[in-house]
Amino acid sequence: MNVIQKLFRSSLGKKTIMAITGILLFGFVIVHMLGNLQIFLGADVINTYAAFLKSKPALLWVARIGLLVLVGLHIGSAVQLSRQNRAARPIPYGDAKHPGASYASRTMLMSGLIVLAFIIYHLLHFTVAVPGVNLLGASAQLPNGDFLQLKDATGHQDVFRMLVLGFSNVWVSGFYIVGMALLCMHLSHGISSLFQSLGIRQHFCGQCLDRLAMLLAAIIFIGNSSIPIAILLGYGR
Amino acid sequence: MNLTLKVWRQKSANSPGRFQDHTARNVMPDMSFLEMLDVVNEELAERGEEPIAFDSDCREGICGACSLVINGIPHGGNAGTATCQLHMRHFHDGQTITIEPWRARAFPPVKDLVVDRSAFDRIIQSGGFVSVNTGGTPDANALPIPKVDQELAMDAAACIGCGACVAACKNASAMLFVAAKVQHLALLPQGKVEANRRVLSMVEAMDAEGFGACSVTGSCEAVCPKQISLDFISRMNRDYLKA
Repeated sequence: MNVIQKLFRSSLGKKTIMAITGILLFGFVIVHMLGNLQIFLGADVINTYAAFLKSKPALLWVARIGLLVLVGLHIGSAVQLSRQNRAARPIPYGDAKHPGASYASRTMLMSGLIVLAFIIYHLLHFTVAVPGVNLLGASAQLPNGDFLQLKDATGHQDVFRMLVLGFSNVWVSGFYIVGMALLCMHLSHGISSLFQSLGIRQHFCGQCLDRLAMLLAAIIFIGNSSIPIAILLGYGR
Repeated sequence: MNLTLKVWRQKSANSPGRFQDHTARNVMPDMSFLEMLDVVNEELAERGEEPIAFDSDCREGICGACSLVINGIPHGGNAGTATCQLHMRHFHDGQTITIEPWRARAFPPVKDLVVDRSAFDRIIQSGGFVSVNTGGTPDANALPIPKVDQELAMDAAACIGCGACVAACKNASAMLFVAAKVQHLALLPQGKVEANRRVLSMVEAMDAEGFGACSVTGSCEAVCPKQISLDFISRMNRDYLKA
């Protein structure tokens, strides 16, 4: 059997794809969070960082397409595996209990789908910056309601003010925090279970992996949610 | 004590099943769960009703024949024991107990609480063996095996193939069973020779039987009467990727 067949045909192969794409996507989430946290270093720092990223369009697009492929493989495998899993128990239990299974581990598909909905909104909100989705309307601070027209003194796009304005809406911030909570739950199971799928769990202590996953997931939640929370509490306004 | 049993009754594979209430009277705390069912069945037979069909054989936790999902948990929820080793002292007077069969597409119903677990046999037939002529028993120290590997192989070989892992898994996955059967051979020199071929064909057979995939929830490990570790699944995943 060749490698491609093994990866895409068997349930174990699909789990391997989930694990590898999962690690890479988690890596992106970490880098993305560190980039975002520069908001606490002031407007200049984060605006210069954003301008630096935008100044390398080739690199930016390679990263974007790469992420799209990773997300596609992750979701594609998840959908196939979920269908196989559903089909494996046609008659449900009358009295279903789940000994030893955490809530997060049983709801990976649902938490994943909610995170996907969040990511789509997030892209429309800040990346494509569709004026209609920011729920702010046109104001003196934001002509046409368009984030991309915000410029700072040096002519760079003003990401700092975009975030401050964007998160000044309680509903938008609330959805971001909910999205991060679901991502946190997804990662709290995903990070430890990928060790299993890649076949290296036996070299670690299982409980330590579970705790490590919870710690990393909590760091992602606190780090990312701190931005809308800080802005709602008045930071940058 | 007296108990109400909510039991899954199903005449045959093709007829629809449903829960039916039965009463277990004068149950002694020292009875095993299966003995309690035997008493209920005697009463049913005396009244001319159809007894409850369930699997059992050795009744000492080593054969893997007994099953039953009791109050939502395969083998009833006592760590490291099978249904036959579950005693009625864990229940109280007046309690209602739900009893269901293993539920999985790969384990089609036969009657009442009995399901057809021959999918496991077909997985074993696909590679869960060692193809050498055994001859006479070798000398004990003729083939040195590291202590750690011996112990691990014995832990995996403790699997009695009851199918509780499948019954407990939200995906009805057979990964813990297959991993145990792959690993107890792969860890020993006699089994290493065919390790690659074995893991590939046993995983293929497992998928073909219609079991689900592993979501690493840990339910299988929690209900396993032989407490087989999730680590064996990880070892099988590694062997599969390497093969």
